[in-house]
Amino acid sequence: MEITILVNGQPRGVPAGSTAGDLVAVLGFAGRPLAVEVNEQVVPRARLSDCKLESGDRLELVTLVGGG
Amino acid sequence: MIQPPPVLSTADAAADQPLRVGGMTLTSRLVVGTGKYASHAEMAQCLDASGTDCVTVAVRRERLINAAGENILDHIDTTRYLLLPNTAGCYSPDDAVRVARLGRELLRELGNPGAEWVKLEVLGDQRTLLPDPVGTLEATRRLVADGFTVLVYTSDDPVMAKRLKEAGAASVMPAGSPIGSGQGILNANNLRICMEYLKDGDPNYPVIVDAGVGTASDVAAAMELGVDGVLLNTAIAHATLPLRMAHAMRAACFAGRQAWLAGRIPKRLYATASSPEDGRIGLRADGNSPRPN
Repeated sequence: MEITILVNGQPRGVPAGSTAGDLVAVLGFAGRPLAVEVNEQVVPRARLSDCKLESGDRLELVTLVGGG
Repeated sequence: MIQPPPVLSTADAAADQPLRVGGMTLTSRLVVGTGKYASHAEMAQCLDASGTDCVTVAVRRERLINAAGENILDHIDTTRYLLLPNTAGCYSPDDAVRVARLGRELLRELGNPGAEWVKLEVLGDQRTLLPDPVGTLEATRRLVADGFTVLVYTSDDPVMAKRLKEAGAASVMPAGSPIGSGQGILNANNLRICMEYLKDGDPNYPVIVDAGVGTASDVAAAMELGVDGVLLNTAIAHATLPLRMAHAMRAACFAGRQAWLAGRIPKRLYATASSPEDGRIGLRADGNSPRPN
């Protein structure tokens, strides 16, 4: 079964029971500079694998870019 | 009379204290942004030439497609540069607090000491990019309560500057002129009053001019006012020759700082000759000039 979540504003289907850590791995961000927010709360990297995703969760996956 | 300290060599006479902000010590008084460069390689060269040891970075969404591209951190030596994450592009205190926390998480993972720092921007409008004073003050309070060392972008309003310091900002950073406008220091008198307020009884409180620099003389002019540092980005990144401008900025920052420490002469309406009045040829016996005054 699949649930739908919002990742950086885009709807995305993930298998039910997935964690934020699974999503990060599927997207190829493992080992990259990344911070994750689930429903407006930062989830520290070490706890991503404990963070079970629920239908309708809103995730932000961000990194550092050039800026002033 | 107070004697000046003995000068061991002419180079020693230019010795300076480092810039101290919220527990950090910076050798350079320039903070340089990492945006708008033609390439990451050019950015890295410019950071090196500017002499800075603190660079600002922004927090943005990862690209979900073609994500394997290079990251700016592949081009910034995070053991050399202290990273200062910003909340650029935030128009509400809520967004600014979220972005600050995301930046902190990113920098903690990197082990960069800048993790507990934030350059706070809460903007009021897209056209001017002027700060929203009410939102800026609220976000400052919330981030200070959350343990952040807050360096806050603000206008050159002296009363606002005072309020932000009272709210716990580690550095108040008034704009010289609008972000990226290159107009330099538009109201030096406001900056003077900001400094008077912020440094009253606290002379080491760091004041950094953030935004508006167009060219090297703007940096020198800011430093000559006695501010502790200057933060700039576009003036280097969009110069015709960015690397050369980075060198110019480094020199200007040094020149302005040294001039401030040296103490400029007062401005006078009339001339004062540099060469002696006495001993000029053709003087009359009464000592007066043969020419009319």
